[in-house]
Amino acid sequence: MGTYLASIAIHEILLLFMPPLLLGVINKTKAVFAGRTGPPLLQPYYDLARLFRKGSVFSSTTTWVFRAAPAIGLASGLLAAQFVPLGRHPAPVSFEGDLFLFVYLFGLARFFTATAALDTGSAFEGMGAAREVSFGSLAEPALILGLLVLARLSGSLSLGPMLHDPWSAGWLTRGASLVLVAASWAIVLLAENCRIPFDDPNTHLELTMIHEVMVLDHSGPAFGVILYGASVKLFVLGALLLHLLFPFGQLDPGLDWIGFVAGMVFLAISVGVVESITARLRLSRVPQLLVTASVLSAFGMLLVVR
Amino acid sequence: MRDVFTSTRNGLAIPRSRVATVELAEFRAALRTRIAAGARLAAFFGSEESDGLALYAILAEDQESTLDVARTCLAESSYPSLTPDCPQAHWFERELAEQYGVTPAGHPWLKPIRFHDSWREGSRVWSGPDGGPPVVGVTDFFQVEGEEVHEVAVGPVHAGVIEPGHFRFQCHGEEVYHLEISLGYQHRGIERALCGGPHRSTLSQMETIAGDTTIGHALAYCQTIEALSGTKPPARAQFLRGIALELERLANHTGDLGALAGDVGYLPTLSFCGRIRGDFLNLTASLCGSRFGRGLVRPGGTGFDLDGREKEELLEKLTAVARDLRGAVELLWATPSVVARFENTGAVSREDARSLGFVGVAARACGVEIDVRQDHPSGIYQFAHIPVATSFYGDVNSRALVRWLEAQQSITYVTEQLGALPQGAVLTKPGPLLPDRIAVSLTEGWRGEICHAALTDADGRIARYKIVDPSFHNWFALALALRGQEISDFPLCNKSFNLSYCGHDL
Repeated sequence: MGTYLASIAIHEILLLFMPPLLLGVINKTKAVFAGRTGPPLLQPYYDLARLFRKGSVFSSTTTWVFRAAPAIGLASGLLAAQFVPLGRHPAPVSFEGDLFLFVYLFGLARFFTATAALDTGSAFEGMGAAREVSFGSLAEPALILGLLVLARLSGSLSLGPMLHDPWSAGWLTRGASLVLVAASWAIVLLAENCRIPFDDPNTHLELTMIHEVMVLDHSGPAFGVILYGASVKLFVLGALLLHLLFPFGQLDPGLDWIGFVAGMVFLAISVGVVESITARLRLSRVPQLLVTASVLSAFGMLLVVR
Repeated sequence: MRDVFTSTRNGLAIPRSRVATVELAEFRAALRTRIAAGARLAAFFGSEESDGLALYAILAEDQESTLDVARTCLAESSYPSLTPDCPQAHWFERELAEQYGVTPAGHPWLKPIRFHDSWREGSRVWSGPDGGPPVVGVTDFFQVEGEEVHEVAVGPVHAGVIEPGHFRFQCHGEEVYHLEISLGYQHRGIERALCGGPHRSTLSQMETIAGDTTIGHALAYCQTIEALSGTKPPARAQFLRGIALELERLANHTGDLGALAGDVGYLPTLSFCGRIRGDFLNLTASLCGSRFGRGLVRPGGTGFDLDGREKEELLEKLTAVARDLRGAVELLWATPSVVARFENTGAVSREDARSLGFVGVAARACGVEIDVRQDHPSGIYQFAHIPVATSFYGDVNSRALVRWLEAQQSITYVTEQLGALPQGAVLTKPGPLLPDRIAVSLTEGWRGEICHAALTDADGRIARYKIVDPSFHNWFALALALRGQEISDFPLCNKSFNLSYCGHDL
């Protein structure tokens, strides 16, 4: 019982404090590739601290939806994280069918972010909302099909048992479909977190943005909540993908936590490398890549149901 | 038929009396014929003279290296517009209407371009909402109607630290049907300030017509003054001017290539080119102490000389910077995802480039082989030639490629000219301006053709000074490039032209 509570506590601490570090690692990696020193590793934390100290400005044309969206976005990310086991340790909350709640919590967050963007009445934000929703609807099948592959392999509809399965049995017998799902999820990870080649988190060009343009009107703490919520999303989806890539559960519990953190940092570095060596896709090509992700997952599915 | 045109050359002055005044109908017919035959309208402007409002047209004949001047006089406040027959005149006629309050009847889209008040009292073509002078940005915009069409307005305040301009997109989903560009936010009245000049502040004003084209504009101005005063700058100064002009081109092309990489999210080239651009600016600074070349080009020569040690240092640094530049830029075309973004984005056709009179990189990227350094050489370019770089498809990739080819030519050119630097003084003091002359001076700035034309009065003062920045010709090219493109490609297309707002607004 004591170890269980301790692992829950570590889960929550990592969830609350580690996400911005991933952004710091990505930015540092990009800086190294570009031959720059780059911002400090902890810069995202400083940014958040700065934003939380500021006041917020709310346009008089907006309604409660605009104010609620950041909170709902962050809350749904944190809640979804409760179902995902980090490393070999159990998820704080787990029940049969939680994978659907997991997926649709992100859907809820997307719905509110897009609605808040429409709420401002700005041409830019409407454009961003349209892009986000159309690309989101293409990324979702890839994620769900991948989860169904794992559900089929493990015989469970709960994320905890599902994600523990690959390394205990799956990779030995069904490696091919897991490779496909891992590839699909890697694409989803980049798309859902607005990374290059889908979106450029550093650009100032409103017309090219997808996610960033939806939150242009948010400021101060509300914007800080959005940034933090975005990093939580990266953390959660990263933890999900990590289960397919790393053999958790083979080490002792303490080493396993270290392995998890190292794995996440490795993932962040990989994202940084991808961003450094590729250019952004033309917007009209984004759906093609997302459909590719779904097709990869679907093939993975085919292999396990045949 | 009487000769409507009087031929002159780049950097020469001729007596105003040699330019014949013809009837408006003859003037129009002659312009139409010549432009249809391939001449380019380098400048078209008005000047208030004793016999009324005179209109001057300067045609550039790129094959013959001549500049042909025609003059007519307007008796009324309206005249039949040239634009329907010669689309090259469309921006010039709007400018004319704004400056002198004359209406080009039949102009397809007559609206202000800089939103200043008419120079002639009581003859406004447009008024502002309260009956006063027009208010910048307040005008009619082309509209596409339909339930699924939406309008996106960008600027004049932008998210980055860039110049102000207003862009109005008519979109269907992500596709742009039409883009209209409205400028004028930076109008400073430079042309008018020159009347009665040159003044003490004139050279500084010329250097800041477009801050990134300091050498280009200062050189065009100095050539004009030298022509009008009959001054011949020493050979050494001509070399230094050419070197500075090419260094300016290098710095800006490098910056643009980096920015293009940045707009598609390709970071390595962005960062490297940002640094290398600074290195090129520092080379200019080692010539004259200013990174933008302020104070280097002066009427009669240059304000600074280069000693032997400085020359060696410059050569040494140039070699090192050139090597870095090659490494940074070649990454672009070695990365398929970058090439995929550049190709087939924002294409402008060769026919449009010709008929609308685009200049510089934008025209050469469409395969239009025009370059003042080749077609109307002046100064050092008369003696040492530089090859013209062109591409074919007129898209972002072509414009990037032309920049890279030009940058390589410029490096070779600067290296050669530094090696061949003649001895002697760098400044001949210019005398007073000759009275009643007209002079036209062209230089190839890094964006394209810069045209300065000046008329002196009977006392040898400037009566009218006309400045045509390449951006003035090319802003419409950006609007054309966006047709049928995705709105998300606008920043990339915009950067591939990288036009000047203040150079346009004067």
